[in-house]
Amino acid sequence: MLDLLSYGATGWGDELLQGAGMTLLVAVLAYLIGLGAGCLTAAAKLSGPLPLRWLAATYTTVVRGVPALLVIWLLFYGGSGLVGWMAGLFGYGGRVELSAFAVGVASVGLVSGAYAAEVIRGAVQAVPKGQLEAARALGMHRLLILRRILAPQALRYALPGLGNVWQMTLKDTTLVSVVSLAELMRQAYVASGSTRQPFLFYLVAALVYLVITTLSETGFRALSRRADRGVRRATA
Amino acid sequence: MDMILSSLPSLASGAWLTVQLVALSLALGLLLSVGVALARLSGSVLLRAPAVAFIFLFRSTPLLVQIFLIFYGAGQFAAVRDSFLWPVLREPYWCAIIALTLNNAAYTGEILRGGIQSVPFGQIEAARALGMHRLLLFRRIVLPQAFRQILPAYGNEMIQMVQATSLASTITLMELTGAARAIASRSFQPVEMFVIAGLFYLAMNFAIAQAVRWGEKRLAHAG
Repeated sequence: MLDLLSYGATGWGDELLQGAGMTLLVAVLAYLIGLGAGCLTAAAKLSGPLPLRWLAATYTTVVRGVPALLVIWLLFYGGSGLVGWMAGLFGYGGRVELSAFAVGVASVGLVSGAYAAEVIRGAVQAVPKGQLEAARALGMHRLLILRRILAPQALRYALPGLGNVWQMTLKDTTLVSVVSLAELMRQAYVASGSTRQPFLFYLVAALVYLVITTLSETGFRALSRRADRGVRRATA
Repeated sequence: MDMILSSLPSLASGAWLTVQLVALSLALGLLLSVGVALARLSGSVLLRAPAVAFIFLFRSTPLLVQIFLIFYGAGQFAAVRDSFLWPVLREPYWCAIIALTLNNAAYTGEILRGGIQSVPFGQIEAARALGMHRLLLFRRIVLPQAFRQILPAYGNEMIQMVQATSLASTITLMELTGAARAIASRSFQPVEMFVIAGLFYLAMNFAIAQAVRWGEKRLAHAG
């Protein structure tokens, strides 16, 4: 049974490893997109003009309310039309085809962003208003306030929530296998189809996900500890 | 427009299947989660260790892997195919229900554990002093208060479950997402199908959120 998992032409070890690499790539890219979209959406919700605020609220409500799988199918069938239409606005008339990779990263990122936005909004609101007023009274520039007062503290409040968003984003990448992107689930599916050993390959896939989620939880806990340095704790 | 109208019946039957999956796996998951939470809090390692392992395994792996392991994986073994379980495990419907129930029980069990731990110990002591039996104490004092405590978090978990049922479409079940996708792949209006399906999901979430709000208000009166 172990030779099925070996590295090389007869085993599926290398395919699974490549799949795991693809899973991590999609997850990291989608998470970064999500963080960017989340910051912008949170900013729009907190201090944007009314139409922007309305747009941000619609985005987070709708995307958090429908299954990620539906978002993936929507972009898979409708994404190239949308990009083609936008390209048309810039005078490009050709057909646009979106790859499975692009669809996967964009849709998982879109979902990630909606959840990240709520986490970031809550974290920014948790920073005491008095500190921002004090900074302004001292004549601090807006960007300086953001960099020195708001961001470091909001980051500390946001870290646990952002850790959860990362775990969710990682798990959502499994859904991209439905559009045949060769990530871990897809590779396990192909391997179990041709070897008739589905239990073995899905178990291996599950273990790989388990290792990634456990390691990243440790990582986020270390980040949290670092962000918490210098914060006084009540001891019982 | 014709295309949209003619697709409504199959979308509606997809929505009905989604509602079934949600209702069955939430009900079974809730029952199981009470056992999981109690085992997790038990003083005996023999009960606690399996509960900790169960919660850890189901929360750290993606639901899709769990579904595939149960649906494709279990059938690999002749022992399973020959057993009394096979009529159940060969049906995608029941495999989806089993996977969703186990997944839900792991998450809800952990939520419920927090709720149970939030019940003030003085109340348990008082109930004991009144000579209440352990089961009665649990049913009358601990569980109702734990449920009130976890209702907001449980509401979110229910909404997550509604979305999780969409994964049943990967094992051939034509629930809402599967139905929308099937129509989309043979029509020229794929986007409209997904928008209609999305509206169904939003309506379901809205109904759950309203029910949770109503429940919170009602339970708050009782206290």
